[in-house]
Amino acid sequence: MITIDSLTKSYGRQVVVDGVTLELPDSGVTSIIGANGAGKSTLLSMVSRVLGADAGVVTVDGLDVWNAPGRKIARRLSILRQETHTQARITVRELVEFGRYPHSRGRLTPECRAAVDEALAFCDLGELEHRSIHELSGGQRQRACVAMVLAQDTRYVLLDEPLNNLDLVHATALMRLVRRLADERGKSIVLVLHDINYASVYSDRIVAMRDGVVVRDGSPADVMTEDALSHIYGAPFVVHTLGEDRIAAYYR
Amino acid sequence: MDDAPVTPAGSPAPASPRPGGPADPTGQVAAATAQAPHRPRAGRTRLVLGILTLIALAASAAFLTYGVDGHWDFALPRRAATLGALAVVGAAIAVSTVVFHTITHNRILTPGIMGMDSLYVLAAASVVTATGNSASAVLGPVGAFAANTLLMTGLALVLYRWLIGDGSRGLYTLLLVGVIGGTLFGSLTSFLLRTMDPNQYDALMSDLFASFTAVDLRLLATAAALLALCGGAAWWLAPRLDVLTLGRERAIGLGVDYRRTVTLAMGIVALLVAASTALVGPLTFLGVVVANLAYRLTRTYRHRVNMVAAALVAVAALVTAQTVLQHVLRFNGTVGSLVALVGGTWFLWLLVKEARS
Repeated sequence: MITIDSLTKSYGRQVVVDGVTLELPDSGVTSIIGANGAGKSTLLSMVSRVLGADAGVVTVDGLDVWNAPGRKIARRLSILRQETHTQARITVRELVEFGRYPHSRGRLTPECRAAVDEALAFCDLGELEHRSIHELSGGQRQRACVAMVLAQDTRYVLLDEPLNNLDLVHATALMRLVRRLADERGKSIVLVLHDINYASVYSDRIVAMRDGVVVRDGSPADVMTEDALSHIYGAPFVVHTLGEDRIAAYYR
Repeated sequence: MDDAPVTPAGSPAPASPRPGGPADPTGQVAAATAQAPHRPRAGRTRLVLGILTLIALAASAAFLTYGVDGHWDFALPRRAATLGALAVVGAAIAVSTVVFHTITHNRILTPGIMGMDSLYVLAAASVVTATGNSASAVLGPVGAFAANTLLMTGLALVLYRWLIGDGSRGLYTLLLVGVIGGTLFGSLTSFLLRTMDPNQYDALMSDLFASFTAVDLRLLATAAALLALCGGAAWWLAPRLDVLTLGRERAIGLGVDYRRTVTLAMGIVALLVAASTALVGPLTFLGVVVANLAYRLTRTYRHRVNMVAAALVAVAALVTAQTVLQHVLRFNGTVGSLVALVGGTWFLWLLVKEARS
């Protein structure tokens, strides 16, 4: 369980995350939605201890993320962020091997190799494994980053806008992979998503933020209503039922 | 720098297991995709390091023996001391630059360009001013070196650690602050020099701008010991530095204590800069050349490989230049200017390339 207690962050006088209290479960897919600037990514950055908070506490399985040893946290919690570039020459396989660092500190065990091979296969990267990450397309690079997070093999996986750079087919493939991780491995996956229909179709739970606070928190059926979405985004929505899925239309 | 010995990137993995490669002990992993060319770069790394070692050794042999004409007992100890100084300085500058590149997330700036060797000179001038006499007369050369190094490392840890921050400052901010810092330290040094008694001034100058040809053996031994210590620390820190190449956020996500690692690395850099500056004075542009040449040759992010390769390149380059200048052309003490000429040109080229991309 990840517990977030009265977490606050402001930049100057602008409060970005305003006293958020939230519990994230041990398993399942949780999506965080909201308009630009609602504080979703800031919240995720603080949970993953990349960003310090002004006030509040985050614990992962009872460990305070800012005070517990980094390695201990990194074996429980992994994060995929929007891409940061590196000048070094790194191949896809080497990038994925970095995911094993919290377990092996750079000395790969046979178990690590197996985890890396599996992550590469899971993300369909077998043929690209010796390519430099500079040579890849945005989507391929995104898959390589996802594979690194998989190799880290943590109970909690945080994905900050993982569908960026992905075309429709790859976005759907990634969401199916997320679903499989939750269903087959019992992992807890928390995603920041802009596409609310992916959130609707693939999540167990949707947390909606607006102006730094959580305004809706519930199953897709609870959140994917015209009233709730209009409130979250401050714009009109039409929600259709297609088979079992609720699909929001906001194009007109 | 050709592409010859590497397996073409992206070619389908051959299905046969690699000869001599370790067998997969778990046996579950499909051998076809996984184990085949497991480290296509391992062969290249060995080749590059082997060739660089040979070049460095050949240059050293040439330096020790060229044109001695039978005066072996006179020439050899002197030349060996110079060779020792060249090796210590080359290795210290190379390792400090590679580490510095990683913690600043750029491959252009070096501790020298950022004014760290000017900071050492300032520390030395301050120590002389404070003790009221040439520090080396009071403390001996090793004691003076220790005092300067302590002062310089303390200042560097405060100033540069703050400047690097969380690694998000851009190249041009760092460059600008570095140039201003270097100029400031230089101006403060010349201010101190102007207030100095001429005898102190003379002693300080001979301490600071000792050349490769007049090496104090005790100082050389101290600098070598410091190099061994810092080199060992850098080797030990290398896996974490490898993770740091992915950027701050990913490093934190992988459980690296970012602040602590950068501070440790900064301490190593400062001590190495002190060691090399104490021996021969500032060699501002050597680091940028040798580190970038090493990256091009090794083509890996691994710090252990890059530090060794850069050190070998530095030693080979310095020893070759010194051999040609001192023994063949009979010039004295011009290696520094040669390094500035070649290194400065390379640095400008790197800056232009960076600006275009």
